[in-house]
Amino acid sequence: MGTNYDKYHMLLANSIPLLWEGIGKYVMQNITCYHCGEDCDTLKVFFDEKHFCCNGCKTVYEIFSTNGLSYYYDLQSSAGSTPNGVSGKYDFLDNQEIVEKLLEFNEEGIQVVELYIPQIHCSSCIWVLENLNRLHASIKMAQVNFPKKKIRITYDSAHLSLKQLVVLLAKIGYGPSITLDDYTKKQHSVDRSLLYKLGVAGFAFGNVMLLSFPEYFDHFVSKPGTTEYWLDQYKVVFRWLMFAFSLPVVCYAAKDYFISAFKGLRSKLLNIDVPIALGIFTLFTRSTIDILLDQGSGFFDSLAGLVFFLLVGKFFQQKTYSFLSFERDYKSYFPIAVTKLNDNGHDENIPIHKVKTGDRILIHNQEILPVDGVLISGDAQIDYSFVTGESQAVHRTSGDKLHAGGKQLGGALEIEVLKSVSQSYLTQLWSNSAFSKNKASEFQTLTDSIGKRFTLSVLTIAILATVFWLFMDPGKALNVFTAVLIIACPCAIALAAPFTLGNMLRIFGQHHFYVKDTNTIERMAKITAIIFDKTGTLTSSSENTIVYEGMELTNGEAALLKNTLRVSNHPLSRSLYKILKNHQIYTLDGFEEETGKGIHGKISEHSIKVGSANYVGGKSALKAFDTSVYVSADENYKGRFVFKSKYRSGLATLFKKLTKTFLLFVVSGDNEGEKYRLKKLLPFGITPFFNQKPEDKLRFVKNLQQHQKVLMVGDGLNDAGALAQSDVGIAISENINVFSPACDAILEASKMNRLSDFLWLSKNAVNIIKASFLFSLCYNIVGLYFAVIGQLQPIIAAILMPLSSISIVIFATMGTTLLARRLPTKN
Amino acid sequence: MGVIYVLLAISICVALVFFVAFVLSVKKGQYDDAYTPSVRMLFEDEIVDSSTNNNQNKSQTE
Repeated sequence: MGTNYDKYHMLLANSIPLLWEGIGKYVMQNITCYHCGEDCDTLKVFFDEKHFCCNGCKTVYEIFSTNGLSYYYDLQSSAGSTPNGVSGKYDFLDNQEIVEKLLEFNEEGIQVVELYIPQIHCSSCIWVLENLNRLHASIKMAQVNFPKKKIRITYDSAHLSLKQLVVLLAKIGYGPSITLDDYTKKQHSVDRSLLYKLGVAGFAFGNVMLLSFPEYFDHFVSKPGTTEYWLDQYKVVFRWLMFAFSLPVVCYAAKDYFISAFKGLRSKLLNIDVPIALGIFTLFTRSTIDILLDQGSGFFDSLAGLVFFLLVGKFFQQKTYSFLSFERDYKSYFPIAVTKLNDNGHDENIPIHKVKTGDRILIHNQEILPVDGVLISGDAQIDYSFVTGESQAVHRTSGDKLHAGGKQLGGALEIEVLKSVSQSYLTQLWSNSAFSKNKASEFQTLTDSIGKRFTLSVLTIAILATVFWLFMDPGKALNVFTAVLIIACPCAIALAAPFTLGNMLRIFGQHHFYVKDTNTIERMAKITAIIFDKTGTLTSSSENTIVYEGMELTNGEAALLKNTLRVSNHPLSRSLYKILKNHQIYTLDGFEEETGKGIHGKISEHSIKVGSANYVGGKSALKAFDTSVYVSADENYKGRFVFKSKYRSGLATLFKKLTKTFLLFVVSGDNEGEKYRLKKLLPFGITPFFNQKPEDKLRFVKNLQQHQKVLMVGDGLNDAGALAQSDVGIAISENINVFSPACDAILEASKMNRLSDFLWLSKNAVNIIKASFLFSLCYNIVGLYFAVIGQLQPIIAAILMPLSSISIVIFATMGTTLLARRLPTKN
Repeated sequence: MGVIYVLLAISICVALVFFVAFVLSVKKGQYDDAYTPSVRMLFEDEIVDSSTNNNQNKSQTE
């Protein structure tokens, strides 16, 4: 499990540079916050001989140090996260109905709750969260599950309410994320049955092997036809013990194979589990009859070994990334409750499904708008990055229509609800049938398609051999029939895919490409067309390129501009501030910020205005596709800074590689403003499609699927439909811990240029499986030879079966590891 | 050679003990989170009394 540790640290290391690249120059000389490691450029708090970037961080430090938890900072430097806006955020926990749904246990004054805390990222986090009782005596126990980023807290409900607990967590920078998903989800128990089955099969395998040794030795030592005296006397005990051990193997551990084979046969499908189930059944009955009639020792050893190996394969295939979720829909990031304004002017927190058309609701800073509505009052700066991937917030004024899914940045908004949650523009998408289909079960895997031919040929051979022996020596006929079924049990074939694909899954994971299951890799191998979303997928959602258009600013003006921006906290000001050249820092004589319009700075006689076209007095560009910030100095219009989304690096090369093998499409929900820049990047002849609504994207995929196997690459909720409809949907994510829509695989944005390699590897993994099939066929032919001539001794089966399985496993894992050399090693 | 029965009984009992131990550990959820315990076991009594909380902490300014 050592690699896990490295992985989490890699994740961290990878997300930080993204943040820091842009401000690298400043970090060098600036002081970073003792608590969170952010650079303290604008606002500095000096406390206890340490620097903090804000009061929030300082408060957390104070809480920790006064409660004896300062070791937090020794364990991992600057591990903290800034607590943001606690007040009011968790007011919905006053509503008992909601609290009841969230609690896992609630009796006799003790409550247990499991909370998801996305900020958990290092050992400091585990340490401080598990020592929560230092901060409140009513907390009995706190246990962190690091891979899942969850904490389970047991507390005394008489002295601490869930709301107080959550607020306490939020105060120290570990605000849990409580979403609609937590409310609607049923309490699910963990499925550990595979582990139990593996345990049973392994236990039986070991013991049966041990018990078969006497007869193995007898086979080699004594002359043919004779047996040792003592063996004759005791073999009955040994044989019936083996029988006893293999009972739970057949009845419990191998249960799934019988069920799957039965289901397959009922729907007239010969999947790979049919010959396996047939093999297990024949092994067991033949062995039982053998020992009953004292014909031999039976094949119990092979039986237990077979089931054990098969289950190991199943276990290996199940690589789960518990810190990721591939099933998220809008529910996992929509709020659980919303503040409703009643007619008497009284606020009330109501669960979100109770919001009706015509209600007035209040959206606070950093809250997500759960419904479509009309803005009544307030200054709306809506960040739709979850939905579209667009990083710049859009400004809306009262009377404008707002779509669900946006996050408000700024003051509180009053909104009149137009549509309920499930009827909203965005959420309606989820009622599409694309979300209810199961891609994995509709896809016939290579193993299953081989399984069909395999079963048919094995049955043919078995029947032919039996007919032959009926004429030659009828007494042997049944023996041969069962021997063929036993030796042909496709253990090696059934292991080839789990080990090849399971290993590939792990290799992908090491390269920050997280695939949901092995079935997805097989589907990826069949892809013929790729569709890309533009905003947030091809373009970066955290970085912008900023271009200045207009008259050059004088040195004095530039310095004034920089100093004015320094005081403003508007996101656009922040990003502009970061890219401007360093100037002397001084205090302004006057500063004004008009929300939603712009800022105004003054020094002696000079003044500068930065903001919207109207505010500054410039002419708004005719085709205002881009986000721009206008500047005027001393009331004379100077020019504007245009924010352009930045395309990810390496895209042109990636497209060039992909276009050789795949059909490429770019489908964007945006307007055509980027058309020219995008076309330069794309290979010749590929026209991007613009103004595509979420449903349009879904339909686009569907149409293309009539002739092609489609891979969709997207990022936001607006791609969710297309991701679900496509044969394989890959979500691009800049920070895999934050959010990604439901998909089959999550690819870290920085590895996007490796996409062609990943596809190549999937194709070749399938080739490895095919080669393994040929390989195991050779073993089967040898085994069948013994079976058909009626010479199958238990010991031959006991040697051949594990040998073929193990060599296939080695071949599959070695093959994939060699293939993966194509990918560059880390760094 | 009757002792073989005793030996078999003992060996199966020992195997059963380990098997039951495995099943119980799975049931208790020991295999659900294979990572956190590995970190947790490295923690000791690091709680600092507020009175003795000096600035021994390294200052981090990179």
